[in-house]
Amino acid sequence: MDTTPFEFKSRLILTELLGRRAATLPELTEGIRTVPLSSIYHHTHRFLQQHHFLSPEPPNDFAYWVTNMLNEELAGEMLASIDIMQFVRLSDLRKRFLELLEEYLKSAKQSVNARCPDGEEFHFMSSRIFVVPTGKIAHNVAEFKEMLKTVSIHAIYFHMFEAKLRLEKGDNDFSIWLRSAGKEREAEQISRLDPYTFTLEGLRDRLLKMVPNS
Amino acid sequence: MAQVKDYAEIVGGSVIDELFAIGEKAGTLKIQHVNSTAVGGGVAEILTRLVPMMNELGVRTTWDVIKGGEKFYAVTKKMHNALHGVPETFVENDWAHFLEVNRENARSMSFENDVVFIHDPQPIGLVEERSHLDNKWVWRCHIDFSEPRENVWLFLKDFIERFDGAIFSAPAFSRPLSTRQFLISPSIDPLSDKNRDLDENYVRSIFEKFNIDLTRPVITQISRFDYLKDPVGVIKAYKLVKRYVDCQLVLAGGGATDDPEGERVLSDVQHAAAGDKDIFVLLLPPSSDLEINALQRGSTVVLQKSLREGFGLTVAEALWKRKPVIASAVGGIPLQIKHKYSGVLTHSIEGTAYWIKQIINEPAFARELGKNGREHIRQNFLITRHLRDYLLLALSLYHDKDIVYL
Repeated sequence: MDTTPFEFKSRLILTELLGRRAATLPELTEGIRTVPLSSIYHHTHRFLQQHHFLSPEPPNDFAYWVTNMLNEELAGEMLASIDIMQFVRLSDLRKRFLELLEEYLKSAKQSVNARCPDGEEFHFMSSRIFVVPTGKIAHNVAEFKEMLKTVSIHAIYFHMFEAKLRLEKGDNDFSIWLRSAGKEREAEQISRLDPYTFTLEGLRDRLLKMVPNS
Repeated sequence: MAQVKDYAEIVGGSVIDELFAIGEKAGTLKIQHVNSTAVGGGVAEILTRLVPMMNELGVRTTWDVIKGGEKFYAVTKKMHNALHGVPETFVENDWAHFLEVNRENARSMSFENDVVFIHDPQPIGLVEERSHLDNKWVWRCHIDFSEPRENVWLFLKDFIERFDGAIFSAPAFSRPLSTRQFLISPSIDPLSDKNRDLDENYVRSIFEKFNIDLTRPVITQISRFDYLKDPVGVIKAYKLVKRYVDCQLVLAGGGATDDPEGERVLSDVQHAAAGDKDIFVLLLPPSSDLEINALQRGSTVVLQKSLREGFGLTVAEALWKRKPVIASAVGGIPLQIKHKYSGVLTHSIEGTAYWIKQIINEPAFARELGKNGREHIRQNFLITRHLRDYLLLALSLYHDKDIVYL
């Protein structure tokens, strides 16, 4: 089948500090409401980027902070349970965080105004993404599979996570391309994969099992 | 001196390829760094490595150093203390002299480059030159900026906001500013004497030189003798452990012999250690990098029980050597350690003692922490990442969008 070649790209990030901090749950909520969407992306994916070799299922920064610094375990668990896979738009993801927090603030007791310990405030950040070519271009599925074995984990990250949610393509790049190459079944399998439950090397292994040899 | 490609065996070829690819994109830019000292101190140390590496990647990079007299450095020392939260009194003449020295320097310097990095407060006044130039200026702050005194903050803020961006080492140092702010953590150089692999015989020889017994557990803290590093707290933690475990303690650091407070701390430490032949207080001369490297490598547990910390790169150094590290959750340390994954974060002497025992008694857990720690440093705190961040930052100043296709 004649398809457009797949160009593996990698991405690098530069972290920006927004100069905004939160010490209470209402302050965190207000921050989530007003920061740029790139900040929502950053705080729901930072653990994955920094600790991608350690363990799967990283919590998002909001959940981690609410649980560990405010000791609001119920709110923390609610925030951690948000299924990022279900979202294709960052604005919807932000909305979901706000709904949960507002609901919790309304129903909770006086403790919602408790402050975190000094020095443990939540600092809002965002990231600027630089997309770089890797020089690896696959002209068919066999070449694609071979290159998938050796590209950096940053390239896998870019095509699986960033393409779908940050670039809002609605699906990951690998599935989109495999579909165009006539591999509908495998493309669908990859689309249904929850990449947030793998380490990036684990994700590479799983993808290699799913991609056909030719 | 190591070249960029020499780091490939440590960080992987793809990281080096990425650096050269960014270098190619940034090659159209000319970059200038300005600081206040050519040798000594962390800033000069990192520029000594980064400037040649940037040039090697094809980005024309220069480094200038400003000059100032005794009075100027007395003022900047006061500024440094005030930025760390120490109350200092400034008179009108202090500010005026500071500015005059910056203006004198500006008259003899050229800033005809695309991106000018100004490091720390000393040369910050040079930004006055920016108003008649069509280039980008960034202020790189290397110091703890979490609780500056109001007087010095207001003075500096006026300058910081004239830059196109400000760079801080930890999120806690960020504050509301009208200019963009970036997070760039410092880094360690895995090929330097302080961090490179060492022959086991050499490591053993250093322990023998100091009469430390390598057959028993060794707990080590490397840092200058300063109250903020809490060396006496380290001795107390060791004593709690010693009741149950036959271990030794090494407190090693550079001497601040010209610093009266440093001498007092050392004397307190020696007093607290008196009578225990298993405590080794080592006052090491400058250029003891290989010895420090060996001490870290031969230790069973490494501590960094600081009360305040700018970033705490000794943590990264020990993690890089696959050591289990127990450190206070202050400054940049929580960025380097994820509790119970890549080290242990503690908040008290008792907590520190508890975890020392755990680590000594559970070598498999200790190995796991060390392994994860090294990987975390490899991914996030090596000089190659630092180099990449500087180049990306330079490029980002000429791109407005959140997503930049290079």
